[in-house]
Amino acid sequence: MTKHLISAGDLSRDDALLILDTATQLARLADRPIKKLPTLRGRTVVNLFYEDSTRTRTSFEAAAKRLSADVINFSAKGSSVSKGESLKDTALTLEAMGADGVVIRHQASGAPHRLANWIKGSVVNAGDGTHEHPTQALLDAFTMRRHLGNLESRRVAIVGDVLHSRVARSNVLLLNTLGAEVTLVAPPTLLPVGVEGWPCGHSFDLDSVLAKTDVVMMLRVQRERMNDSYFPNAREYSRRYGLDAARMAMLPEHAIVMHPGPMNRGMEIAAEVADSMRSVIVEQVANGVSVRMAVLYLLLGGNVSAIGAESSEPSTSSERELEPADTGQRRRRSDFAGEEA
Amino acid sequence: MNAALPSPQPGAATGGSANLSSGVRAVLEAADLSRAVTRIAHEILERTKGGSDVVLLGIPTRGVGLARRLAERMSEVEGRSFAAGSLDITMYRDDLRLRPARALAHTDVPGGDVDGKLVVLVDDVLFSGRTIRAALDALGELGRPRAVQLAVLVDRGHRELPIKADYVGKNLPTSRHEQVTVLIEEVDGRDAVLLSPAEGAAQ
Repeated sequence: MTKHLISAGDLSRDDALLILDTATQLARLADRPIKKLPTLRGRTVVNLFYEDSTRTRTSFEAAAKRLSADVINFSAKGSSVSKGESLKDTALTLEAMGADGVVIRHQASGAPHRLANWIKGSVVNAGDGTHEHPTQALLDAFTMRRHLGNLESRRVAIVGDVLHSRVARSNVLLLNTLGAEVTLVAPPTLLPVGVEGWPCGHSFDLDSVLAKTDVVMMLRVQRERMNDSYFPNAREYSRRYGLDAARMAMLPEHAIVMHPGPMNRGMEIAAEVADSMRSVIVEQVANGVSVRMAVLYLLLGGNVSAIGAESSEPSTSSERELEPADTGQRRRRSDFAGEEA
Repeated sequence: MNAALPSPQPGAATGGSANLSSGVRAVLEAADLSRAVTRIAHEILERTKGGSDVVLLGIPTRGVGLARRLAERMSEVEGRSFAAGSLDITMYRDDLRLRPARALAHTDVPGGDVDGKLVVLVDDVLFSGRTIRAALDALGELGRPRAVQLAVLVDRGHRELPIKADYVGKNLPTSRHEQVTVLIEEVDGRDAVLLSPAEGAAQ
């Protein structure tokens, strides 16, 4: 039984398809006059956000509210965290308030995993450092399925700052589970060490990849996580790895353009591409609510989680789990009260 | 309605032949089932005076197939087309917290909405009445029907809520320990209603 959603790699193919199929049914709710279901009435979901976020936090909030859960929003700014409270003490406080589910975003890779050992409720990883962002991967897969159908042997290019991207890692794991072929495209400095061991290919040349790609996913260059220079300047990066109209024209007819947001228009993606017919970026946001509803429903809706129903133990096995990229930004141990595992 | 029992596993149903020795018996065979559906179709048309504003909504899984058959018969009789849809009630169940969350089924309302329509809910077995209670809640969030009626293939009694069917294929007095299984061609590859004694300790 997988009570938590920490890594996209923990999901079996059946789990992933169950979440995506559930999301498909829940997406229809958006067309109804009353966009609400009574399913999680009386359950409490805490949004525990240590990092800034608009889209993910509001998306989780909307998802929980549409399922009639009570939502408590907690952001590190303006809370006891700024007075020096540790993650563990914050977690135990929330536990004492009766949180059935905790949605956590944290700047430290691994924080959701630690949290899961401290509290009784379900933990959903909403992005931890440069590690993972499983619900983003699920909503990306959901969006791809809507446009391309079955993802078996579909080719997906993930382009840009893979090194600092938790979205890329979660997508690689999930898309691999779903049978898609992923190619990471980035300058050598922005690919993580050990990428050869990931279940995907990689390339340094965007133009050679585009013609045989069904989905191109552009990643933002995460300057806030960079404490080194990874490329000479923004203009050069943009010229070699940015998606502009000329590059978009190289894509096959049916290919779609994705971006997890927030976008830097003119940097990794040209404005005309972001606003083109092929861009499904706005749709990704709408799908995020449906997918997060599905995750919350399956984790919290029954007496026990419906995810990982067959396997008795969540697969935290080392071969499935990729190590967080060594970005130079070290984990802040002070965030982890208690002993390190 | 089967849901009131440990859900009717297709396995349990197909294992019927093996169970035959242990007392499974067919209460309705394919021809009986077909006649019951035809009669209900006529009754709906009669009671609704031609059924001009009728919307048939089946409750997954087997209610959907039955609703579709009713729509076909009604179309044959009246010479104009009736559509059947489906209404998933999973999110409205009162036993959600008693087991892991279930996969959702499809909700599909022919014509898009139920406002001012006469909705006929269609299910295979009426037992405790809890499924229909959930269906009424689910329906209430889709719109405001003029009236709601209920058609079931089998009414096996043992109601736990004040709910009554308007159209019944067969009244089947049962013991609580027995299990009623409806099989339909679309799902199970065979039309039949089976009555089997409870396996071991009753639920």
